[in-house]
Amino acid sequence: MNETVTDVQDISLAAEGIGVQLRSNAKITWEKFLQHKLAVISSLFLILLVALCFLAPLIAPYEFDAIDLMNIRKAPSLAHLLGTDALGRDLLTRLLYGGRISITIGLTAALLGTVVGTMIGSIAGYFGHWVDNLLMRLTDLAYSIPTLPLIIVISSYTDTQALGIVLIIGLFSWMQTARVVRGAILSVKENEYVTAARALGAKDRLIIIRHVLPNISNSIIVGATLGVGNAIITESSLSFLGLGVSPPTPTWGNMLMDSQATMSSQPWLTIFPGMAILLTVLCVNFIGDGLQDALDPTI
Amino acid sequence: MLDNQKKLLEIKGLKKHFSVGGGLFNKPSLVQAVNGIDFDMYHGETLGLVGESGCGKSTAGRTILQLYKPTAGEILYDGVDIAKLSREEMVAYRKKMQIIFQDPYSSLNPRLTVGSIISEPLSIHHPEMSKQDRIDFSKELLMKVNLDPSFVNRYPHEFSGGQRQRIGIARALAVDPEFIVCDEPISALDVSVQAQVVTLMEDLQAKMNLTYLFIAHDLSMVRHISNRVAVMYLGKIVELADRDEIYEHPLHPYTKALLKAIPVPDPVYAESHPIQPLEGEVPSPINPPKGCYFSPRCPYAKPICLEEAPVYEEKAPNHFCACHFV
Repeated sequence: MNETVTDVQDISLAAEGIGVQLRSNAKITWEKFLQHKLAVISSLFLILLVALCFLAPLIAPYEFDAIDLMNIRKAPSLAHLLGTDALGRDLLTRLLYGGRISITIGLTAALLGTVVGTMIGSIAGYFGHWVDNLLMRLTDLAYSIPTLPLIIVISSYTDTQALGIVLIIGLFSWMQTARVVRGAILSVKENEYVTAARALGAKDRLIIIRHVLPNISNSIIVGATLGVGNAIITESSLSFLGLGVSPPTPTWGNMLMDSQATMSSQPWLTIFPGMAILLTVLCVNFIGDGLQDALDPTI
Repeated sequence: MLDNQKKLLEIKGLKKHFSVGGGLFNKPSLVQAVNGIDFDMYHGETLGLVGESGCGKSTAGRTILQLYKPTAGEILYDGVDIAKLSREEMVAYRKKMQIIFQDPYSSLNPRLTVGSIISEPLSIHHPEMSKQDRIDFSKELLMKVNLDPSFVNRYPHEFSGGQRQRIGIARALAVDPEFIVCDEPISALDVSVQAQVVTLMEDLQAKMNLTYLFIAHDLSMVRHISNRVAVMYLGKIVELADRDEIYEHPLHPYTKALLKAIPVPDPVYAESHPIQPLEGEVPSPINPPKGCYFSPRCPYAKPICLEEAPVYEEKAPNHFCACHFV
C-alpha cells in the first residue's frame, strides 16, 4: 500500500479526482431531485416568479408609483388585471415590483439566519462542555431580547435599505435553528461512525462537515424553509411600523398591511399579495421537501 | 512462548474516570470506568478482554486508542507513551491503531457510499492520492474482506449486518494498521454470520500480522480466537493468563463463576448441571466497594477482602490474578 501512495505525487491530478467525485455525488442528488414532481414544479414556478419580478421594469404595464386618482380601488379588469389600490396604482405592477424586495429579503435573510444558526448550533453541540454552555446561554440571551423594539432602535439609527433589513432579520432569526441543530448534533455525534472518523485521525472540521451535518440536513432544511416565510412576514411588520422599506416602494408585506382596512370591501387588495406570499412560501417548502428526499440515500 | 516475542503495547496503571451530572451548585459524581489496569500486548497475538456489561472493557479499549483522554497511566506503543502526545503527534499513531465496532448500523455513515467510507482513511492520511487510486484501493480492500468490489458505489443501508461489519473491517484495514481494538465485533451478528466474520478476522490477522485486542462477553468465541484472555470486573483486571490456562485452571472466584455460566449446548447435561448465577449485582462504578471490588458477591470473601484491595500479581508463570486467597 505504501508503495502506491508514494508513487502518486501529482497534486493537480488529485484535485481533479476530487472534482469528479463531487460532481458524481451531486449528480445522484440532482437526478433524485428531478424525480420529486412537486419540488420540480415549485422550482420552476419560483424561478418564473423571480424572473417576472426582476424583469418588472420591462414587463409591468404601469409605473409602480403612477397615481391615477380617477381609478382608485377598481376591481380587476382588462385594463388593470389585478385591480388598483387606494391611490389608483396598478396592483399587478406593484406586486411585481414588491416581489423583488420581498423574495430577496425572504431568501437571503433566511439563508443568513440558517448559516449563523447552523454554525453556532454545530459548534455548541459538537464540542459540548463550556463551549456549549457559553453559546447556548448566548442563544437564550438573544432569544430573550424582544426583537421588535430592538429592531426599531437599530433601524432608527441606520438607513433602512433592503440590505439593512436582511441583516437585521437574519441576525435575529438564528436562535431557533441553533437550538434545533445543537439538539440534533447531540444525538448524531454519538454514532460510532463519528468515533471511527476520530480514530482515523480526522480533524473536527472534517467530522462536522462530512459526518455530522449531512445527517442532520433535514432539521436544517426545515428550519430554513420556515425562515423564508418568517422573514417575509417580519419585513411586513417592519413596513407596517414604517421601519421597513419605505413607501412608495412596494413590498408584499406593506401592500398587505395597507389593505387591512378595506379587506371586506376590496378583497383583491388583500388576496393577491397574500397569495404571492403564500405561493412563495409553499414553493420553498416543497423544494425543501424535495431536497430532503434527494439528499437521503435510503429513499 | 510469549516471553521471547516483542512487546507492542504496555499498559501501565491506566485509569479513565468520567464525571457525570453536576451543575452550577452540585458537584458532579465520578464514574470510575477504568480503574487502574496493567497488561502487555505482544506482536501478532490476540488478547481477549472479557467481563460483564458496564465493567469498562470498551472504555479501556477506546482509552488505549486515545479516543478518550486517560485520567492516569501510561500507554506505551513501541515504547512511546502515546497518552502524552499532542493531537497532531497522535495522527501518525492513528495509522497504526484502529477499531472495529460492535454495532454495524451506527458505525457506517448512512450518507456516504461504501467507497467513500473505505477510502476516507486515505483521504485523511494520503491526500496526495488520486481519486481513481483511492477507488481502486477501496475495491481491493473489499475483495480482502470477501465482498464484491462493485459495492463501492452503494450505500450502507443496502447491506446486511454481516456485510456492514466487513465494510467496517475494510475501513479499519485501509491504513494498514498493526493493532486493532475489536469492540465486541460479533455480538450484534447472527450466529452463522459470527463464524464468517471471526474466520475472516483470523485470516486477516495471519496475512497482515495484526494484533487484536478482542473485547467480548461471549466466552466460547473468546476461547476460540484468543491467545491470552484478561477478565475485567468493575474497571479492574482480575485475572490474565494464556487461554487454555485460564479456561482450565481459573484462579479468581469471578473467573470461575463466569466460566460456570457458559451455557452448554446439551440439554441432558444442562438439566443435570443447572447454571448457578452469581448472587447480587455489579456495584456502581460511581461508588465502588472498599477493599476487593468483588468482595460483596464473592462466595469466599473473608474480612480482609472487605478492607484491603488485593494486589494484581503473577501467581503462576504468565498467570496474573488479583485475589488475597490465590
